[in-house]
Amino acid sequence: MRALKFLLQKEFRQIFRNTTILRVILIMPVIQLIIMPLAADYEIKNINISVVDHDHSAYSRQLTDKILAPGYFKLNDYGTSYPNAFGQFQKDRSDLILEIPAQFEKTLVKENQANLFMAVNAINGVKALVGSAYLNRIIADFNAQIRANWIPNPQTGTLPQIEIATLNRFNPTLNYPFFMVPGILVVLVTMVGVYMCSLNIVKEKEVGTIEQINVTPIKKYHFILGKLIPFWVIGMFVFSLGLFGVARLLYLIVPTGSLVALYGFLAVYLVAVLGIGLLISTYSANQQQAMSLAFFCMMIFMLMSGLFTPINSMPNWAQVIAKLNPVTYFIEVTRMIVLKGSSFAHIQQQLLVISAMAVFFNTWAIWNYRKTS
Amino acid sequence: MSNPQAVIWADKLSKHFGEFVAVNQISFSVQKGEIFGFLGANGAGKTTAMRMLCGLLLPTSGSAAIAGYDVYTQTEQIKQNIGYMSQRFSLYEDLTVAENIRFFGGIYGLPDKQLKLKTDELLHTLQLHTEAKTLVSALPLGWKQKLAFSVAILHEPAIVFLDEPTGGVDPITRRQFWDLIYAAAQQGITLFVTTHYMDEAEYCNRICMLVDGEIKALDTPANLKKQHQAQTMDDVFYHLARTAKRTAD
Repeated sequence: MRALKFLLQKEFRQIFRNTTILRVILIMPVIQLIIMPLAADYEIKNINISVVDHDHSAYSRQLTDKILAPGYFKLNDYGTSYPNAFGQFQKDRSDLILEIPAQFEKTLVKENQANLFMAVNAINGVKALVGSAYLNRIIADFNAQIRANWIPNPQTGTLPQIEIATLNRFNPTLNYPFFMVPGILVVLVTMVGVYMCSLNIVKEKEVGTIEQINVTPIKKYHFILGKLIPFWVIGMFVFSLGLFGVARLLYLIVPTGSLVALYGFLAVYLVAVLGIGLLISTYSANQQQAMSLAFFCMMIFMLMSGLFTPINSMPNWAQVIAKLNPVTYFIEVTRMIVLKGSSFAHIQQQLLVISAMAVFFNTWAIWNYRKTS
Repeated sequence: MSNPQAVIWADKLSKHFGEFVAVNQISFSVQKGEIFGFLGANGAGKTTAMRMLCGLLLPTSGSAAIAGYDVYTQTEQIKQNIGYMSQRFSLYEDLTVAENIRFFGGIYGLPDKQLKLKTDELLHTLQLHTEAKTLVSALPLGWKQKLAFSVAILHEPAIVFLDEPTGGVDPITRRQFWDLIYAAAQQGITLFVTTHYMDEAEYCNRICMLVDGEIKALDTPANLKKQHQAQTMDDVFYHLARTAKRTAD
């Protein structure tokens, strides 16, 4: 245990002496947490629409006004030529074309039904999907309005309608950052842990000091604890900085659940993540290799974690990967505790899985770290 | 010829890397307090042999014991009893002189009181008192090497392994370095030194010449010169190293 004291002393000295790394560890996550949630917002605004109006009737103008009123759509151009509108499409200036045929109003009044044509620029799938859904809804509304106007007596009318009342729980205003910030914070803490831990050890390999360590009677687990503990402390600090600094002050997110449960989980999670960092370092001969390997792991961890896309909508094989990904569990737990107000009782299963992962990765790393090759 | 009572003994020790035989059946023994020189061209297998003796590398075949401990099964006991200074400079450049001494002394288990005493003594011997708070990265190479050697013997090991300790160091500092080595030998520490400076070879009690991973000669410098009818160790070295088939890297 005495050896561990000296190892920790050395490690902390080196970390605090390297001010560049220290700044990267502390400032980088803060800046990323400020910027990234703004980009990871799925609310689609500013959909550019081209309206091709062959009718020029009161109805066609009413419809156009109704589309533009809520502010989701921006009128890119209003004309009478479909090829012109399509040209705008090809120049990527327009996302949607709505074509109102000639005689639209007349047909609607006479035959009780009329056709509209909608073309969607589907290169950006999400924008296309959401845009056409918005537009469909607005047109349906418009349709209902017209019918309501035509049918003189609503009591005896033939308008069967189901009204759905929706109550948004846990995030009543559907505030996107509420959902994204805790998840992004988890990813940032993971990155700090994996990168710093693996690069630190590999640097000792590159410089040659690890050989000097390997020739001392130091115990393997002492050496590894000497590396884990400093980065564990840093991980705790970065997470707190994100949670009580950026998330609270900037995004006004106040954790509603048990902080003890959150930090209890974080403590175990960091051990698992640092174990991955260690493992990467035992398989890398230099910082370049460690960096590439860590980057590869981080990309998968990030994209397969349910941060951006729900895990339930992934194909089965991808769900298996997501279940093997430690980030998945911590994002889930953080969202549960911070947003839903969950406590220890609700996260038991996740805690069990992450504990198993912590043991697994660290055992593997210690096993693969050889003092004698 | 191998005597298990010796501080270092090796019997038909070999290391293969795939097809390549880096060290081929070397046998020798070193007595307590001896300065044992390990000579050879680049790529002759000196470092590989030394790494096996330090417990950093497992041998492919043969046997060896360091301070009575087996190189296959007792590598951790070996590490408690040896000091090692590698080819590459191996102190922490981002720690100060005093912090390096404290760290390495500490992980060898020196108690606080002794640690302080040893630090003062060492700084005094090396005349580094004024540099105690200097980062090691700011020291000239020769000073670094002297410091690294002193740190390697801080815990009073039975044996110290030095892998080309004076590479790139000026002649005056090299001379001072050898004074440190002699002082250590006087204390009863056994020194195992690899070098390719032939003037340094003359300082050793006995010399072992390694060519293509095999021992080609093993004797005192005086006897070797006599055997090869050479004036200097340089001539002995050329005479033996010419037979090498491996290309030096």
